[in-house]
Amino acid sequence: MIKTLKTTVPVALIALGLTGAAHAEIKLGASVSATGPAAFLGDPEAKTLEMLVEELNAKGGINGEEVELVLYDDGGDANKARTFATRLIEDDEVQAIIGGTTTGTSMSILSVAEDAEVPFISLAGAIDIIQPVKPFTFKTPHTDRMACQKIFEDMQKRSITKIGMISGTDGFGASMQAQCKDVVAEYDIEIVADETYDPKDADMTAQLTKIKNAAGIQAVLNPGFGQGPSIVTRNYKQLGIDLPLYQSHGVASDGFIELAGKDAAEGVRLPGTALLVADLLADDDAQKPVVAAYKKAFEDRYEMPVSTFGGYAHDGFALMVNAITAAGSNEPEAIRDALESVAGLAGTTGIYTMSAEDHLGLDLSAFRMLEVRNGAWSIVE
Amino acid sequence: MSELLQFLFSGLTVGAVYALVALGFTIIYNASGVVNFAQGEFVMLGGMITVFAHAAGLPLPLAALLAIAATAAIGVGLNKFAIEPARGAPVVSLIIITIGASIFIRGAAQLIFDKQIHSFPSFSGDDPIHVMGATILTQSLWAIGGAFAVFVGLWLFFTRTILGRAVLATSNNRLAAQLVGINTDFVMTLSFTLSAAIGAFAGVLITPITMTSYDVGLGLALKGFAGAMLGGMGNPKGAFAGGLLLGLLEALTAGYLSSQYKEAAAFVVILAVLFFMPQGLFGSKSTDRV
Repeated sequence: MIKTLKTTVPVALIALGLTGAAHAEIKLGASVSATGPAAFLGDPEAKTLEMLVEELNAKGGINGEEVELVLYDDGGDANKARTFATRLIEDDEVQAIIGGTTTGTSMSILSVAEDAEVPFISLAGAIDIIQPVKPFTFKTPHTDRMACQKIFEDMQKRSITKIGMISGTDGFGASMQAQCKDVVAEYDIEIVADETYDPKDADMTAQLTKIKNAAGIQAVLNPGFGQGPSIVTRNYKQLGIDLPLYQSHGVASDGFIELAGKDAAEGVRLPGTALLVADLLADDDAQKPVVAAYKKAFEDRYEMPVSTFGGYAHDGFALMVNAITAAGSNEPEAIRDALESVAGLAGTTGIYTMSAEDHLGLDLSAFRMLEVRNGAWSIVE
Repeated sequence: MSELLQFLFSGLTVGAVYALVALGFTIIYNASGVVNFAQGEFVMLGGMITVFAHAAGLPLPLAALLAIAATAAIGVGLNKFAIEPARGAPVVSLIIITIGASIFIRGAAQLIFDKQIHSFPSFSGDDPIHVMGATILTQSLWAIGGAFAVFVGLWLFFTRTILGRAVLATSNNRLAAQLVGINTDFVMTLSFTLSAAIGAFAGVLITPITMTSYDVGLGLALKGFAGAMLGGMGNPKGAFAGGLLLGLLEALTAGYLSSQYKEAAAFVVILAVLFFMPQGLFGSKSTDRV
């Protein structure tokens, strides 16, 4: 019995290995949060990756080789993400990993990827993922710090010097709140009221009343994502606060206007990506063809509007395919070097130019300042 | 003055949400002594089914009725397929079954509906009512009114009807209730139906305020449970008052102290109340006669 096992197991393993190798030369791993609390971020990411891999293979793959996607759903759990990252590297033997919907899961995956020296592109926001620079970790979304900078720049243009903040206590809101407080002094803006709310709260009028009564206040900034910012926007209108309201890129989707209500959302400004205003982009905009193609493909296939988050996955995949094509090899080191030398690659989020010191490759121009006008997004210049 | 009034309005809005969920807890608790942790899922179903039925073309009132009927049917199913087969099991086991059911319903909702956040229009428009410098949304009045109506209905049901007394009797001693001719199986089915319908009704009333998605149930259940404990478990008066009180506590803490402490302050008060009055503010002391 034991003897048979001893002979059949290696044979079976070799057979599996051989068929695997013949089937797909390039194996791409992904772990995203398609379910769980970050599902509305991770779900479009998973759908985007599946769609893009099919599209790519239909066009003949990379340098004539098919790409196989191994996709796991970590449910937003950092421990599961770590397990899946290990499985992707050790069992599935992938050449590169995309994923990490949230900052927490990204940090788990990056520690595994760095140890195994496998290139990894994160889809989460926090600046800690790429600063300090780690040799094999990259990311596609702009940082929350950049969102604060973009918003403060816009406030400066409108001569706003005293603001109130109302932030969600979830990871995204708390992190952005801290980053904004950190950079605010560079813009001669003072935060005169600083309130928070739980992401599950039903009413924020108490906090907003406090902010409204703060002396000299000229605008309000709300870092957060999910339903909280929609409720803040409604309560803002309910209280008749007649000051500019800024939201974060965490609510950059058409769903936000729908949930907050056209009336309440009117005049709300936020830093968003080109994807949200695909139809409004100038014809000579380098991002226009990319954004339009992704939007059409995604909406035709899944019959739901594209979101900024799916766009992050799109860009991660585009960067990876570009790097593997350029490297002409599956070697992790070669892919990493190719990622670092990406220059002028137009994605949905911005135009990526990476280097050994910059594993994000975006600047503030990647953000467009958007404003809700007549119930639709418009570009503010 | 207008500031205080605004904090009170904020508290009543949130409190009405908690009170509606807390009221849903009372019936099943009264019939079986079980805290039904799937109560939040009933609220979620009420909101989600209305959203999708409305999107499919049904007018809002019809969509809401459909949601309440469908959720009530799911309540019956929960009793028939999960609670009844475990009859005779200790209350703790039954509570664990309801937690399992809540996870199951959440997962099913995620597959059947989607993972996005949804809402539908307020019943009577989005223009707030101005009272002495403070404002309140008309939908908040609907929620407060709805909670009050459910409270009065339940209170009359438990004190003035034979059926209501039969529910209490079943909870107190199942065997004795059977001996005096109460159909305890029917009482259990009825209590799950009513509880689910009240949950769904709550979902219909609060979705324009809170929005809904497949995973809102757990958070609502916890806050509703806290409200019910504060007021006194199993007592409609307690559920109504406890829910409102919890909302007011949170809003006043957020307004006068700091929004950082609002959850903590609410729970400190609940702990203090339970420490000195274990039966809650409106609960009656229970004694078992032997």
